[in-house]
Amino acid sequence: MDILIRGGRVIDPAQGIDRHLDVWIADGKIMALGPDMRIPSQHAPDDPRPAPHLIEAQGCVVAPGFLDMHVHLREPGFEYKETIATGLAAAAAGGFTAVAAMANTKPVNDTPAVTEFMLRRAAAVGGTRLLPIGAVSVGLAGEELAEIGGMHKAGIVGLSDDGMPVMNPRLMRRAMEYGRMLELPVLSHCEDHRLSSGGVMHEGDVSTALGLIGVPAVAENVMVYRDIQLAELTGAHLHIQHVSTAEAVDLVRRAKEQGITVTAEACPHHFTLTHEAVQGYDTNTKVNPPLRTAADVEAIKAGLQDGTLDVIASDHAPHHVSEKDQDYAAAPAGMIGLETSVGLALRLYHEGILSLSQIVAKYTVYPASILGVPHGTLRVGSNADVTILDPDYTYEVEATTLRSRSKNSPFLGWRLRGAAVATLVSGEVIFERL
Amino acid sequence: MSTIDLRGRDLLGIESLTADEIHYILDAVPPFKEISERDIKKVPTLRGKTIINLFFEPSTRTRTSFEIAGKRLSADVINISVATSSVSKGESLRDTAENLQAMQADVLVVRHSAAGVPHLLARYLPSPVINAGDGAHEHPTQALLDLYTLQEKWGTLTGHTVLIVGDIAASRVARSNMLAMRKLGMQVCVCGPRTMLPIGIEQMGVECTSDFDTAIQGADAVMMLRIQRERHGEVLFPSLQEYSERYCLTSERLRRAKSGVLVMHPGPMNRGVEIAPEVADGLESVILTQVTNGVAVRMALLYLLLGGS
Repeated sequence: MDILIRGGRVIDPAQGIDRHLDVWIADGKIMALGPDMRIPSQHAPDDPRPAPHLIEAQGCVVAPGFLDMHVHLREPGFEYKETIATGLAAAAAGGFTAVAAMANTKPVNDTPAVTEFMLRRAAAVGGTRLLPIGAVSVGLAGEELAEIGGMHKAGIVGLSDDGMPVMNPRLMRRAMEYGRMLELPVLSHCEDHRLSSGGVMHEGDVSTALGLIGVPAVAENVMVYRDIQLAELTGAHLHIQHVSTAEAVDLVRRAKEQGITVTAEACPHHFTLTHEAVQGYDTNTKVNPPLRTAADVEAIKAGLQDGTLDVIASDHAPHHVSEKDQDYAAAPAGMIGLETSVGLALRLYHEGILSLSQIVAKYTVYPASILGVPHGTLRVGSNADVTILDPDYTYEVEATTLRSRSKNSPFLGWRLRGAAVATLVSGEVIFERL
Repeated sequence: MSTIDLRGRDLLGIESLTADEIHYILDAVPPFKEISERDIKKVPTLRGKTIINLFFEPSTRTRTSFEIAGKRLSADVINISVATSSVSKGESLRDTAENLQAMQADVLVVRHSAAGVPHLLARYLPSPVINAGDGAHEHPTQALLDLYTLQEKWGTLTGHTVLIVGDIAASRVARSNMLAMRKLGMQVCVCGPRTMLPIGIEQMGVECTSDFDTAIQGADAVMMLRIQRERHGEVLFPSLQEYSERYCLTSERLRRAKSGVLVMHPGPMNRGVEIAPEVADGLESVILTQVTNGVAVRMALLYLLLGGS
C-alpha cells in the first residue's frame, strides 16, 4: 500500500535535509520527498492499487526510523523480564524501527545458533528490526573469543560483552583486531570490576549519607582510557557505551581529536538524573554505570552538544517487579528505557541544548553508520522506516500504558513533552498513537 | 514545641527528625528512666499493644533493650529472627511485611544488614516502623540514647565537641550520631584510617582526620567504634595490632584529652583492640550508662509513637 506522509517537517541529517516536505512511500520503500506532493495514481478510477494511506503530519517531525543501539531484550532465557515480542513492541511505541540487542541472554549470544534464533523470533514477531550484537567472549566470561566469524555470517552487527566489561586487556586487544578484520565495531562496557565491586550507586557524598557502597567514577575512566589506547593500537572501531562521567567525555573528545576511531553513546538517565535521585532508596534508580553528579550530567550534555557523544541509546534493561522489590543492594541494576528515551531526549531540545536535527542525528545517521547498517535515512530507495515525532505531545509516563513487560523506570509519573506518534517499518505502520 | 506529635510516625532515621523533635524525645525520657529504677518496673501505658522485633541481623543488645522497654510498658513483645539467605532475601522481606500487616502489629522494630530496608517496609505497613539499624545507614535510637547520656552529664549539648573513632564508612552509629549532633549544634570530628573515612564525609558538616592523638585534645567526649579488619572481603588495614597502635583509646591517649572527657562505646567492645580495658572500666566511661539509658529512651520512643502525647 502506498503511503503519503503529508505536511511534516522532514529532518534527515544523513542527507542534510530539514524542511517541510511530503514523503511518498510505495512497496515499502521511500519513493520520493517533495513539497505538496500528489501521487499520480491517486484519482485513477481503474487503478487496481488501493488508495494511498494518508498520514497527516502537520506540526510533526518526519524522520528516518530511529535506531536504539543499546537494548536488552532478555530472550532467550529471561522471558519473565521481557521477550523479543514485548521488547520490540515497546521499541515501536518508543518510535524505534530498529534496535541493537545485546548478547547477555541465556544462553549467551556467543554462537551463530543463538544469533539465528533471535533473528527468527524477531522475524516471526514482525515490526521493529532486531540487529543482534554478538558476545566478545564465550559466555561473557572474558577468557576466550566467541565464535565471532560464525556470528558475523549469521548477521551480528557489532561485538559486546555488555553487562560485563572485558577485564582482560589482552583479550580486548584480540577482540578489537578480530572485529576490525570483519568490520565489526566493539561496543565497550567500561568498568573495572576490581574498583567497582560491591558498589550499588555512585561513590560520593550521597552514597556516604545513605550508607551504601559506592562505585567511583575512576572505575569507568580507567577502562575508557585503556580501551581508547587499545583502539589506537589495533585500528579498530571502538564504541564506548553508556558514558556516565565527565572525565570519560573528555577522554573521548581528546581521542577523536587525535584521529582514533572511537564513538560514544549517552543514555537518557545519565543526562537527566543525578545520584541525588537515589535518596529514598527507589531501586528503579539503580543502574550500571550509576547515576552520577550534576557536573557529570552537565559534561554529558556538553558532549552531546559538541558531537563528542554521537548517539543516544537507552540501555533498556527490564527487570521483573519482584526483583526490584528488594533492598537497594540486593536489587538488580537496570532500568527500562525504550518508551521514555525520545521524551527525555526532547527535553534537551526544549531546554535549548540540542536542535531537533541534532537529536534526530543521534538516533539515525550516527548509530546506523556505527553499526554499518543501511538504516537511518530517508534517501530515495531506502526502506521506508520512518519515525514521526510530535515534539509537543505531552503525556504522563504510566506503568499501565508501557508496552514493556517490565516497569522498572524511575520516570514513572513524569510528565514528558514530545513523543513518537507513528512508527513505520518498510512502509507498514507498526505503531500509532491515537 | 506543643505542636509536636509523633503518634503514628515512623522512625527511619535521624535524617527525618528536626532538632525540636529530637529535644522533644529527649525531654520525654526522665520519667521512663525512673520506672526502670523502681522495684516493680512496669506501667500499664502500652497494655494491649503488640510490638514486633523483626531482626534480620543477629543482635542481643539492641533487641533485648527494645524487648525490656516494651515489656516495662506492658506491651506484648514478639521477637522474630529471620535468617537472611541470598536466595530468598527479597522474598522474605516482602512476604514477611505482608504477613505482619495481616497480624495487625502496632509497631515494627526492624534491623537488617541492608540500608533502606525499613524504608521499604514502611511503604507497605500503615503502623509505625522503627529502624533498629539498617546496614551502614542509620541507627537512630542509638544516637538518641547517646545524646541523652551526654545531656544528662553536661546539662546542655550545644557547643560541645564529640570525637568518633573507628570504621566511620561502615558505621550506622557514626552516621546517626553525626546527623543528630550537627542538628543540635554540636561539633563533630570523625577519626580513623583513611581507608575507613568515606568520600564526601565533610559534606555532613564534620571534621575528619586520621590523627587520633591530635584530635583527642579538643574532644569533650570520645566515642569508640568496634572494628572489623575485613569488610566485604576487603582488608582495610594491615593488622589489628597496627590498628590498635594508632587508634586504640589507651590510658596514655586519654591523658591527652581535656579533663572531664567522657568515654563512650555503642558496644559490643573488643577490649584491647579499640579500647583498653582500664579505660572501658575507668571513671571517664559512661558505657554502661549508655546501656541503661537505651532502655529508657526506647521506652519514651514507643510511648510517643504509640499513644503518648
